[in-house]
Amino acid sequence: MRCRKCSAKAIIRLPRHNTAFCPACFSEYVTDQIERAIKSDRMFGRDEGVAVAVSGGKDSLVLWEILSRLGYRTLGLHIDLGIGEYSERSRKKVEAFAAGRGLPFVVHSLREEHGAGLSEIAEGLRRPPCSACGVVKRYNMNAIAFQHGMPVVATGHNLDDEAARLLGNVLHWQEDYLDKQSPVLPNSHPKLVRKVKPLYRLAEREIAAWAVLQKIDYIVDECPNSQGSKMLLYKDALNRLEAASPGTKHQFYFQFLDRQKTRAQAAPAEPDLRECASCGQPSTAEVCGYCKLVGTLKVLQ
Amino acid sequence: MKILLHHPPREVAVAGPKKVCQVLRELEILPDTVLVIRGDALIADDDVVGDDETVEVRPVISGG
Ligand SMILES: [Zn+2]
Ligand SMILES: [Zn+2]
Repeated sequence: MRCRKCSAKAIIRLPRHNTAFCPACFSEYVTDQIERAIKSDRMFGRDEGVAVAVSGGKDSLVLWEILSRLGYRTLGLHIDLGIGEYSERSRKKVEAFAAGRGLPFVVHSLREEHGAGLSEIAEGLRRPPCSACGVVKRYNMNAIAFQHGMPVVATGHNLDDEAARLLGNVLHWQEDYLDKQSPVLPNSHPKLVRKVKPLYRLAEREIAAWAVLQKIDYIVDECPNSQGSKMLLYKDALNRLEAASPGTKHQFYFQFLDRQKTRAQAAPAEPDLRECASCGQPSTAEVCGYCKLVGTLKVLQ
Repeated sequence: MKILLHHPPREVAVAGPKKVCQVLRELEILPDTVLVIRGDALIADDDVVGDDETVEVRPVISGG
């Protein structure tokens, strides 16, 4: 197999683009896709600081690496979820990555703040761990970025993540979630930062391949809570379709984005936001989801 | 050849030499869900793995 661009020996085939690349041309492709996402979707500018949500997994570390190589001013944000050994190893990966490159970062530890890790919190609240995790991450990422004066948070969501989430939302016709599934979410309140997904043009496998080629040391293990998760089920279904018909995932998500652009112009929806009575962060209810979660936890303790 | 798998970590033996894509087919693994790594280098789906070699089949799909 030869690189379609320079004829050197190829190391990766990209069936959805009907192409194959050598390491150098592949690296250029990955960087181009990210730059294209940032520029064409007006995610952020050169003069803005970018907070990068880093878990220690391949997607977020690749995102951080490329943004810093492109010369953006970044701040890593890591939430230590306190899920036993898995969280310890994830945190160490982030710390080693940042130390090796001299990149600034902030760690927020759930156990230090609440005396309990995510699994105990979810169990105490009788909530599925992944739903509690979503609330904890969204709230803290926004609050910490805001405190550090960063106008935007970038997350490592890739094409596979977005296609799987879209499939889940469509299967349950969760139309209000569909509106939020765009690579750029503008800030709809002065205390909310913009949320962007610069990796949405890249498949999960492409990001992992780039990490291996660049010798980025990421956590390969999965979160113990994600076993048997709905996301993995949707990804499996999409990967079967993709194997039989390359380009399915890409078309599914990108055609949704095309339709969404016309829909958004027709009816721009702005949520009614006020400030949470307890913490002051923006919320649709009197008390925000995070404070409710933490409040219930205090009662239980 | 020796194949190192994840989730859970385990080893399986496959007769070689064989192309990477044939190895994956034999193990019933979808090519879009893994990378195949020899030493610390990525190898392509038409590369041949010898019978005396060891490769890692690393999943790329995460549940988050
Ligand atoms: Zn090339
Ligand atoms: Zn609150």
